Amino acid sequence: MERTTLDLWVGMFVVAGMAALVMLAMKVGNLGTYNVSEAYQVHAYFSNIGGLKAQASIRSAGVVVGRVTEITLDTERYEAKVVMSLDNRYQFPTDTFANILTSGLLGEQYIGLMPGGDEAMLKNGEQMKQTQSAMVLEDLIGKFMYSKAAEPAK
Amino acid sequence: MPVTNILRTIGRRVVDAVWHIGVVTRFFFLTLIYSGSCFRRFHLIIKELFSTGVMSLIIIIVAGLFVGMVLGLQGYETLKRYGSESALGVMVALSLVREMGPVVAALLFASRAGSAMTAEIGLMKATEQISAMEMMAVNPIARIVAPRFWAGVISMPFLAAMFSAVGIFGGYLVGVVQIGVDEGSFWSQMQAAVDFREDIMNGIIKSLVFGTVVTLIALFEGFDAPPTAEGVSGATTRTVVTSSLAILMLDFVLTAIMFRGA
Repeated sequence: MERTTLDLWVGMFVVAGMAALVMLAMKVGNLGTYNVSEAYQVHAYFSNIGGLKAQASIRSAGVVVGRVTEITLDTERYEAKVVMSLDNRYQFPTDTFANILTSGLLGEQYIGLMPGGDEAMLKNGEQMKQTQSAMVLEDLIGKFMYSKAAEPAK
Repeated sequence: MPVTNILRTIGRRVVDAVWHIGVVTRFFFLTLIYSGSCFRRFHLIIKELFSTGVMSLIIIIVAGLFVGMVLGLQGYETLKRYGSESALGVMVALSLVREMGPVVAALLFASRAGSAMTAEIGLMKATEQISAMEMMAVNPIARIVAPRFWAGVISMPFLAAMFSAVGIFGGYLVGVVQIGVDEGSFWSQMQAAVDFREDIMNGIIKSLVFGTVVTLIALFEGFDAPPTAEGVSGATTRTVVTSSLAILMLDFVLTAIMFRGA
């Protein structure tokens, strides 16, 4: 008799612990938010990826359509090769433009896709040809100073 | 000859410490070896799970709620300066899941359950219950130590997960309900930033390690205590001090391994 109430309490403890874990996984973590169930892989070359990381989101018109799966340096062209897996529900033309963008002023970096006008769609393993690298603050400042110096003195 | 005396003292301390580590390691392996029988008699573990896990629930939940509320307040004050109050959820969730949850839950566990374990076993030894068991050919490590060990190892991740979950709720209460941070960005930025494998699983691994270490220290100190009233009180103090220090040091090592440059 004693043991059954004890079992009940321990069972409640384990259930509460499991519930906390599931809540952490689903509500707090990214397990419940987006999983690429049916995905196809495309890749693109960037001359500079800035602070882009694997698992970064890929968005088109602000909607998350995929995740960055792998980032490597291609030593033949000395450019960063970014492999992306995109949801099968979304198809993009072959001349889609891939930008590395930043959400907010200090936010994380993601890849924004701007669809082109081509009739043919990107297939698994194909490459996005048109890319724009991440904005690097030092480059921007350098360009600004260069253009200031080039202005005629008043 | 004061110099030789000092040298002798240092040498004895070092040899004692190494000896101690060796005994603890042997104790740990003996516990693992004799664990088989306590899994066949699972009600022993259930009984210990009640006294270590269930009885620690209240302190864990109340402490988690207040730690989360403090994180919400402090995080809001700091993030407001940079105009990024919407990242409050990320801050609260990451600090709880990665660090505060496992560490604070383990510290509370050490002082709530670890000290009780040490005192209980120390008193069993002082009243010669352990010798009586040995006389009856009952292995005290299999009968007393192993069930408590596994109960501690099992309950620690659950307690840490509950601490984090309740703490995030506390941060939500202060940040969203009281101060008025946007609810949507609180949860969505949190979900975008917290990774299940990187953050939550690593937190669980941390709490498993802490559970093992705290329970092992508590059981060993109890088993090793001199069988006097003074000895038991000293062992209880040592349990809390040693396991708190061990938690904090191990946390640094584990964090350095898990989150370096990720």
